[in-house]
Amino acid sequence: MSVPRLQMTGVRKSFGATHALRSVSFEVGPGEVHALIGENGAGKSTLMKVLSGAYQPDAGSILLEGAPFVPRSPLHARDCGIAMIYQELNLAPHLSVEENILLGAEPQRWGWLNRSRRRELAGAALAELRHDGIPLDAPVNTRTIAEQQVVEIARALVGRPKVIIMDEPTSSLTQVDTENLFDVVRRLRDRGVCIIYISHFLEECQRICNRYTVLRDGESVGSGEMADARIDHIIRLMVGREIKDIYPRSPHKMGPPVFELQNVAGQPKPRRVSLALREGEILGIAGLVGAGRTETVRACFGLDRIEGGVVVVGGATSTRARPGHRWAQGVGLLSENRKEEGLMLNQSLADNTTLTNFAPVSRFGFINNRRQRQLTQEWMGKLDVRARSPVQPVGELSGGNQQKIAVGRLLHHDTKVFLLDEPTRGIDVGSKAQIYQLIDELAVRGKAVLFISSYLPELLGVCDSIGVMCRGVLSEVRPVAEWTEQSIISAAIGQCDPVTEKPSS
Amino acid sequence: MRPRHGEAIFMSNTVSKRQWDLARLFYVLGPFLMLLFVVALFSTLLGIQDVRTQMDSTNAHGWSGFWHTVRVNPFWGEIYQGLRAFASGGNAKIVLTQTVIVAISALGMTIIIVSGGIDLSVGATVALTSVVGATLLLRNHSPVFVCVATILAGGIVGLANGSVIAGLRMMPFIVTLGMMGIARGAAKWLAGNQTVNPTENPVNNIMKLSAPDDLLPLPQGVWVAFGLAIIMAIIMRQTVFGRYVFAIGSNEATARLCGIRVQVQKLFIYWLAGLFFGLSGLMQLSRLTQGDPTVANGLELDIIAAVVIGGASLSGGTGSILGSMIGALIMAVLRNGSNIMGWPNYMQEIIIGVVIILAVGLDRLRQSRSAAAN
Repeated sequence: MSVPRLQMTGVRKSFGATHALRSVSFEVGPGEVHALIGENGAGKSTLMKVLSGAYQPDAGSILLEGAPFVPRSPLHARDCGIAMIYQELNLAPHLSVEENILLGAEPQRWGWLNRSRRRELAGAALAELRHDGIPLDAPVNTRTIAEQQVVEIARALVGRPKVIIMDEPTSSLTQVDTENLFDVVRRLRDRGVCIIYISHFLEECQRICNRYTVLRDGESVGSGEMADARIDHIIRLMVGREIKDIYPRSPHKMGPPVFELQNVAGQPKPRRVSLALREGEILGIAGLVGAGRTETVRACFGLDRIEGGVVVVGGATSTRARPGHRWAQGVGLLSENRKEEGLMLNQSLADNTTLTNFAPVSRFGFINNRRQRQLTQEWMGKLDVRARSPVQPVGELSGGNQQKIAVGRLLHHDTKVFLLDEPTRGIDVGSKAQIYQLIDELAVRGKAVLFISSYLPELLGVCDSIGVMCRGVLSEVRPVAEWTEQSIISAAIGQCDPVTEKPSS
Repeated sequence: MRPRHGEAIFMSNTVSKRQWDLARLFYVLGPFLMLLFVVALFSTLLGIQDVRTQMDSTNAHGWSGFWHTVRVNPFWGEIYQGLRAFASGGNAKIVLTQTVIVAISALGMTIIIVSGGIDLSVGATVALTSVVGATLLLRNHSPVFVCVATILAGGIVGLANGSVIAGLRMMPFIVTLGMMGIARGAAKWLAGNQTVNPTENPVNNIMKLSAPDDLLPLPQGVWVAFGLAIIMAIIMRQTVFGRYVFAIGSNEATARLCGIRVQVQKLFIYWLAGLFFGLSGLMQLSRLTQGDPTVANGLELDIIAAVVIGGASLSGGTGSILGSMIGALIMAVLRNGSNIMGWPNYMQEIIIGVVIILAVGLDRLRQSRSAAAN
């Protein structure tokens, strides 16, 4: 057997106490399309960042065509022939197609651009992909998403790459464009380029890839020929962990529905979401990143526009409402993005906690600072927040403690309907367990909780019922006992009908 | 919830706590120290100037002559004399009076900057409102009516800024840059491209200096600025509105998530700030005793500098009224000191430029220190 194009052995990477990659080994040969499969958080993106030079591995070896390869920076990795195509397109939207293709690799002499040579190079790259119909002079933001992706691939080709990494390339493509992309991938494969193909959609991987490697919790747990593999085997490899005993389960007494969605739709997601959340119920929403779960709660909360459908809160229809209204109705949202939306990092714990509800700490609009501090101190005690003082900026706390403050805001507000979007993202196991416990207590006290998570064990461990979201559509919500990790994953990765999407430009 | 795991990582030690307190103290005192430094600097310079004059009278030359003169005539005494001259009641009154216009505008600018915005149209607004006031005086309106109308004129400009910024979600920088031209042009148009000279009237007394050698009585304008500063400090620190301003500047997405009507608040913020700029225009009118459409050119930069020296960050979410007031004082002391030293105008400009960069540089250092202390 010839020397593999790329070989990784025992690659490890940790961030502080978190082991993003424990031990990853796999190899890719020339002219091979290799599927890299794993759940959200399994370590795929970390691995790709190591390969593309954004992170330095702590241990392990990488061989590129048999020679040791340690990418120092993304630029260095690109010079060595590793090209990366990200899920989010990385184009300069106002520049032309040609300028985007040659960005960073402009043929030049003493800073002067060589115009005819540029056209030639960019045209050749597009022709290679059989997409020479795309006009070179058009600003790239006037083209469709699919064409933009082709431009991105063409840009990668200009550098004569040895390895191309594609991260979820079809997540924003229509069915037809996906087929075109597959053509491009096959053409590249036949030219001897090796491609690492990351995708959640196993059917796609099966169609386009020769071999696969499954990642789970930062380890490569299995690999093989795609032709011999069975989907359920791969799913078992992806999941394969036992549920630990950190999920409290008390009996919840269900009341009447307090928060109902009927065929709610937004632009572009969600497309169709219906559910009824009852008092004392914990309703989980599973799904892949990008399935439209966050968009659903944001739309319901008045942060994004609702294009269709009805929202019923506490028995009364109120589809369009500002966030302020929702808070007044007793609905509270915990943002999935703690740093950018959830918290004011440079403001105090006290202000972050009481921002939605100053009433208990103020009179006639004047805040009683001492009362505010005391109250915050009480919440800090109840939630076990480790911090020096309530007037400390919240950005100084650890992730778990920050999250507890963000949850504390909902508790302080005396929320009745909790919309929790990824409440345990990026926090340590201890804090996670405390959050589960809290959610359980809330349900016991008759609160309604909508729990969005990408981490299946916690959904199965905590929720009373679960719905799965796939490409903007929520499946039927069923009791947790009727779900298994396998059935959730297969619902999340496309047991639903693939609907053609309009490309947005 | 009960604590499940008793690790001692978070409450690591008392050392970092003490460091943090020091950093915090330094943070609060920073602008004060800067003010003291500037006053001391000018006192010393004045002292040295005195020594120089003595050197001339005794025909001493160069460094040796300098040290000789200092030995004969103790230097500290000269500095003290310098301080006496510089910080004398009369001069202090001049400095305070000169501060009024920048200080009152800085009150408005502080709210805007803390909320994450900026206003470049202040100078033009001050000129416009002073012309409005002068024109109304010329038409024999009552002084009280003129005062109210001048302030409200500033409010209208602020409302215009705010409604475009909030309504069309445009960048404050661009909107107020445009307003800078519009207000300046409107001022010149209204004044017929010349100064408007009302007859002697009570408005002139607001900023009049009487008893030039003593600190008291201070002009009314100083007391107005002082009173408003206290009110604004309370509003920013103690009211729900103040918290909202900080919230919007710190993280607009969070503010929106938490039900604050961000655009409505912004409209209100620019309107309120406009009222302060209108009041500044009134002070300007009173000081010059005429409405001049070309006055206060570039005033906004002095004001922004004052606010930033006072510890505000242009990215929003930080800043204080006290700091901005001290920043305004520092700017006035710099100008006044340079005048007393007889430095030419260009030197003043260079020095003020250097001080702004120094002040903000120190602020960055302070912040990185307090971040590192954690």
